[in-house]
Amino acid sequence: MIPTIPQTNVLKWSYRAYVTLFFIYLALPLTVVCVFAFNDSVFPSLPWEGFTMAWFFGTEAPFIGVFNERSIMRAIGTSAFVAMWVAGLAVFVGTCNAFLFVRHDFRGKGFLYILMLLPLIIPGVILGISILVFASSVANTLEDATDLWFDGLRPGLLLVILGQFSFITTFATLVISARLQKFDPSLEEAALNLGASKWGAVRQVTLPFLFPAIMGAGVVAVLMSFENFNTTLMLVGSDSPLTITMFDKLKHGSTPVLNAVSLLLMIISAALGLLALLFQRSKE
Amino acid sequence: MTDRSKLGFYLLLMPLMLWLITLIILPHIGLFMVSISEKIGVREYETGLGNYAVFFNEPLYWRTFARTAFMSIFTTILTLVLGFPVAYYIAKLTRGRTKTTLFLMCLIPFWVSELVRTFGWMILLRETGVLSNFLQYTGVIGGPVEFLYNDGAIMVGLVYTSILFMIVPLVTTLDSLDDSLIEAGYDLGGSGYSIMREIVIPHATPGIVSGCIVVFMLSLGNYLTPILLGGKDSLWFTGLIYTQFITRFNWELGSAFGFLLLALSSTIVFLGLKLSRQSLTETMGR
Repeated sequence: MIPTIPQTNVLKWSYRAYVTLFFIYLALPLTVVCVFAFNDSVFPSLPWEGFTMAWFFGTEAPFIGVFNERSIMRAIGTSAFVAMWVAGLAVFVGTCNAFLFVRHDFRGKGFLYILMLLPLIIPGVILGISILVFASSVANTLEDATDLWFDGLRPGLLLVILGQFSFITTFATLVISARLQKFDPSLEEAALNLGASKWGAVRQVTLPFLFPAIMGAGVVAVLMSFENFNTTLMLVGSDSPLTITMFDKLKHGSTPVLNAVSLLLMIISAALGLLALLFQRSKE
Repeated sequence: MTDRSKLGFYLLLMPLMLWLITLIILPHIGLFMVSISEKIGVREYETGLGNYAVFFNEPLYWRTFARTAFMSIFTTILTLVLGFPVAYYIAKLTRGRTKTTLFLMCLIPFWVSELVRTFGWMILLRETGVLSNFLQYTGVIGGPVEFLYNDGAIMVGLVYTSILFMIVPLVTTLDSLDDSLIEAGYDLGGSGYSIMREIVIPHATPGIVSGCIVVFMLSLGNYLTPILLGGKDSLWFTGLIYTQFITRFNWELGSAFGFLLLALSSTIVFLGLKLSRQSLTETMGR
């Protein structure tokens, strides 16, 4: 089936047709979401009523555009806030983990490495409820003991951040470790020979080398945080991030506002994706 | 080791341990402890397996559990069968720029939130949706047909959500298979089928295993797709967990459900790794 091996035309063309169909299947839902963001109708469905930008900029009911819909704008702000914290924490811990696993040999390293991978195979919902249960029992114990309130440990943004951080860190660790493994330690030794301190050598030689991976991991972390639903659903309090807000709206019947938000999300993701790709490029 | 680098080692170890202990280990121990406690009064509990007994005695619960498991297995098989030819095409039949483009196109759904993807399927499949209108226009069906809210819609959505996690590892492993091995197979008189069985599939096994594990896990733990695309009877186990936790506020039963789901998913992952003689480190730590 490789080019050097002859094949009947029928087989070749039916294979191509299958692959084409597959890519249509892949593109179809995303395409309709984008197209119906411009439909001049209050339902995101056919018939096509004409082109409009009202779902982006509209101010009059029922055509209230995304940019004038307070609940959605606030949710985007919440999501961005959560994503920044998650990305920052995940990248920091991920970098430490990378140094630990690549540079150090110690007893129990293999075991810790497997533990580090575990969040990948724990379903998001379970991660959410286990953190919820644990945080609540800690809060109960502390409140019984001190007579103070520990609202931070009740469902809310802090728990959402911790919940997302708990599995995104694994991805950050893997991305940054892969880059650190390619680093030639003799560069750092050279810096030490030239009189740099240990930390100075790491800061001026190793970290700049890791920079593309660190930024790449950061971008992926922001994206994963923005998109996360399962873990967030269990930990969310009164301020809901974007995916939760959209889910609530979707359950109560959808308007093309949701299409407009989705289109914006796709544009943001594409931009972030390109950014990650650029960082990846600058590695070589 | 000098004292200095020992200090550095412990400083590096600290964030890892803090993360794993407070967010992974202790919460799961806590979840288990809650799942084996029964409520007997206001803030009074006793240890017992009552919550698990409730699960096994109520047909709705264990049937939903079994249904979720079987549908996830079916999704995994379907994803493998549908994804393998595409991965093979990308890895073996295209070169250079076309290859990169097709590969990146497979990744597109990853960059879009699952909610948006599911919303897209709702627009396509609902009674007033694009598919129904298209089929009426072409005369295949007489009136509007509802394609949404059934198990078929769930399968379409689940396969769509998870297929890239199958294709990416498959392309990676198939890429590393030397074309000349396949050619040699043909030279030695092998048929297309026997070459697939004897050369391609054994070589692709690591990719198949890691793809299947990830897809199964994602389907099992999925909440959005079954809830939004499924009908009133299409219950999903994560939906039951959500109900116990958030709607009923019965955390003890919810924790038991959560633990059962975790046990099922871990068992399948473990079996998959054992059967194919892979380790978690090489499968996941790509």
